[in-house]
Amino acid sequence: MGLLDLFSKKKPDKVEKLPSGSFRIDSAGQISASTLPGAFPEELMREIGGIVVETFKTAAEQGLPLKELNLDYAGAKIAGREARGGAVIFLTPRKF
Amino acid sequence: MSQERNILIVDDEQDVLELYQARLSKLDSKPRVMTADSGKRALALLASESFNLLITDLNMPGMDGFQLLTIVRGKYSNTRTVVMSGVSDDQYRARAYGMGIDLFLEKPGTDDEMGTFCDCVEGVLMREAAGGFRGVQSMSLVDLIQSECLAGTSCVLKITNGPMVGRIWLQDGDVIDAEAQGAGAEDGFRKILEWRGGSFEKLPADAGRERAIFNSYQGLLLDSAQTLDMAEAGDLGLDGEGDAVEGGENLGRLGPISRCSGVELVLSVDSAEPHGTRAWAVENEASLGAWTRERMERFRSLGDKLNLGQLKQASGVGLKRHVALLPGAESTLCVGIQRSFSQSEVRETLKEISVKWGS
Repeated sequence: MGLLDLFSKKKPDKVEKLPSGSFRIDSAGQISASTLPGAFPEELMREIGGIVVETFKTAAEQGLPLKELNLDYAGAKIAGREARGGAVIFLTPRKF
Repeated sequence: MSQERNILIVDDEQDVLELYQARLSKLDSKPRVMTADSGKRALALLASESFNLLITDLNMPGMDGFQLLTIVRGKYSNTRTVVMSGVSDDQYRARAYGMGIDLFLEKPGTDDEMGTFCDCVEGVLMREAAGGFRGVQSMSLVDLIQSECLAGTSCVLKITNGPMVGRIWLQDGDVIDAEAQGAGAEDGFRKILEWRGGSFEKLPADAGRERAIFNSYQGLLLDSAQTLDMAEAGDLGLDGEGDAVEGGENLGRLGPISRCSGVELVLSVDSAEPHGTRAWAVENEASLGAWTRERMERFRSLGDKLNLGQLKQASGVGLKRHVALLPGAESTLCVGIQRSFSQSEVRETLKEISVKWGS
């Protein structure tokens, strides 16, 4: 068993580097299209997309309906555009 | 004291609001023009700062213009009111004037009509600047008292200035008593004379009122005029009791931010206190505060998970307005900026806000 553990894939807790690209998440939380590298976990795409879609929904409940959201981090920018209850998400790592 | 005039325009059509805002901002008096797309939002703005003039449409979903005017007349009686309506109906007009509005205007349909509309609004602003008591347009309270005394009237003049109410009792043309802000007789009379504007009602005479003022009305007016002159010269160091503070809450650090170009609402959420918020022109302070706090936590934890470093800001392009969340060491700001601003104008405004908030 110990030998097998060496070859099993462990999910990283943190992403080493955010790739550049975009993906689309629908209103049911499913990823319908992506230009991100195949190695980028779909689970993370769903998490990023989920936060963006959730922000659109909850902002509207506050009387602040949004059609675009930009999250500016020191190391990257995440932009989301509302699309029929889902969103198109763009990931842009910053170059230093 | 700033001489800038503040105008609030209320209409449920965003495009109309932007058009009026652009035109009225260019009036000679260079007023600050703010907009509200509902009666509820208008009340939130009125509660946040005082406006010289409210211009409202009548037909709006939810709270209509008449309902809004009823509240404004009762609560913000120093604010001049203008109705602009697409409906040219005499009954509407009569009802609006009956509520004490200053002007009823039809919505302009051409550029010329827009010019006339702007001239009329400027006229109301000029009257407001000159002071005066509503009911007798541009008549000062001194003129009003003099005319009642000369006519030998017996009545009670009820004078309302924002949240303050004063009464002057007249008996056969003599001022026999007055009361305002807890002061009676001549002190009460002086308090009322310190008010620069407001509205009045003439009530039936109160025959049972005992005389507490024995000075002639000319003597009273002279004394009051002297007191006012001294106060204006700063000799009395007035504590501002006589100023109608309509909704002008102590905003602290939010004050300068609310003055930034294009800012429509501001809310600050304290990092240390779980429910600590301050707000300007926000309708739903508690729930927007909770939303800001919760979103910031979500965005930050996403950044940590993806190894993205510090969250600098979150901003959104909205259907009604741009929205930005600006994290700080002690608090987070949620800012609403007017929809007509371009992305570069929004960036400039956010930079200005960050500087002001940081300092």
